[in-house]
Amino acid sequence: MMTYEKLLEKTALEDDRFIVMTAENRALVRNLPASLGNRFIDTGITEQTMLGAAAGLALRGRKPVVHALSAFLTMRAFEFTRTSVGIANLPVKLSSFIPGVLSDGNGPTHQAIEDISIMRGIPGMEVFAPADEEDLIEMLPQIWATENPSYVRINTRPALLKHKPYVFGKAEQIFEGKDCTILTYGFMLEESIKAHQLLSDLGFQVGLVNIRNLKPFDGDLISKLASQTSCFITIEDHFLTGGLFSILAEYLVKNQILIPTHSIAFEDRWFKPGRLAEVLIHEGLDAKSLVEKIQNFIQK
Amino acid sequence: MNEEKIIKLQQFAKRVRNHIVPMASDGGCFLGASLSAVDLLTYLYVDHLNLHKGNLKDENRDYLFLSKGHDVPALYGIFAELGWIEADRLKNHLSTEDHIYWHPNRNIPGVEFHSGSLGQLPSVSIGVAMDIIIRGGENRVYCVMGDGELNEGSCWEAFLVANAYKLDNLTFIIDRNNFQANMATEDLIPLESLVEKFESFGMMTQRIDGHDFNALEKAFSNIKGQTGAQVIICDTVRGKGLPSIEARADRWFCNFSQPEIQELLVELNEGFGANLVAETLVVR
Repeated sequence: MMTYEKLLEKTALEDDRFIVMTAENRALVRNLPASLGNRFIDTGITEQTMLGAAAGLALRGRKPVVHALSAFLTMRAFEFTRTSVGIANLPVKLSSFIPGVLSDGNGPTHQAIEDISIMRGIPGMEVFAPADEEDLIEMLPQIWATENPSYVRINTRPALLKHKPYVFGKAEQIFEGKDCTILTYGFMLEESIKAHQLLSDLGFQVGLVNIRNLKPFDGDLISKLASQTSCFITIEDHFLTGGLFSILAEYLVKNQILIPTHSIAFEDRWFKPGRLAEVLIHEGLDAKSLVEKIQNFIQK
Repeated sequence: MNEEKIIKLQQFAKRVRNHIVPMASDGGCFLGASLSAVDLLTYLYVDHLNLHKGNLKDENRDYLFLSKGHDVPALYGIFAELGWIEADRLKNHLSTEDHIYWHPNRNIPGVEFHSGSLGQLPSVSIGVAMDIIIRGGENRVYCVMGDGELNEGSCWEAFLVANAYKLDNLTFIIDRNNFQANMATEDLIPLESLVEKFESFGMMTQRIDGHDFNALEKAFSNIKGQTGAQVIICDTVRGKGLPSIEARADRWFCNFSQPEIQELLVELNEGFGANLVAETLVVR
């Protein structure tokens, strides 16, 4: 079976523009030093230097794929990403490990739940959140093929469904539904699929979209769905500010589309750390809690 | 270095200073900071780097990264003298019709990378040096930094990584003019003893007079054949060439009137002190 690491290895062996870098976070790339030799660079716990050096490598024609824990990749190194990578629009590819609730028991220091907001604010930066490992493998070749910088929320959990082929910049519409349409991305697709099943069992006709790309955003699909569904519900493991709900609101206002829109996100607070399944229940992000919230939205 | 060559470099540097001074009006520029780096940059671009008009995009060229972005008037003055840009273009300083402003822009031929956010280019230089080594290239990378810039933690992080990867093709050059913005470095965040600090990071370190072309030539000839990254600390004078503003904390960013600029040009070329009345301290 193809994995993130095998795909990266294959890509780098086929195209010597690729350099694999890490700020001593080797969980996703532990076998690559052996196969890539000096095209594997571990800068130690130095996210800033890694991003700056990645910009330098890209100036020489390389495509560095850089790895670190999401919180430090996006925030410790932010100015290097924005200034050295972003201003020059260099093809540095950020692979962000344990974004959102996937930081489970680490606590607020490691919670990257503002990462989408931060990274999409950089001109030229492309932002993606695959739903699971299959989705990740489906999307990455096209993400890595562009000459722009990109940020990817890495998620290597197993898929709950067979994904449709990825078309760059396009979302994946999984179900149609007139009562409401759930828009979600990354890990939260898992609980959303379960919630969709429970709501179907209750007789609701619920649409479900795997957003896939936060930037560029698939506005065409939103415009189309706005006339086919009664309301949008965004579900995300991100602060309410600056994530999918904001992106959707910006799109709807800009295009003067009027449709009831609801959000499930972290409202101006960090989440309670713990085992992932318990975090979901505590934060009301498990399928059962989502069903209750969605029923309330539909009945409003 | 023979006397003739020294005179040639001194004359070149003086012409560069003549380009810089007029930029310190009508909006102004970082005059004091820029003048301290003129001589070391002149030596590098005129006599040392494998870099000329015909190879500015060649992958085998030497790279000079100006991390101390405030020195950009010196850089552009040198490019004008080398014929990489039209000297007339310097009159576009701060015009939105061109790319000439207080920090480097890559649209100007010869500028390797934008800078201005201190502590970023040491790591960008590391990436370029790493790639040259991976490809087996012979070219070298130079990163010119300010002494105040050394306050930034990211510099020291980059020095650790440069040492770890034994980047023998990378030289950090410190423009040690003893001032940062509006303060003497030693009065704010003391940097000394700098030689010991750099040596303790595993880098071969030299300290020289950054206005002495003989010393510059000797120091840059010593960096070849080292087993890791090197440092050259260039002791310089802020505002060098204009005694009325030299080594003053309050002459960093300067915005003079046209009559003052004329007086400064006379001072630069004929040695008479300029009569300056402009505001003396501008914090940016």
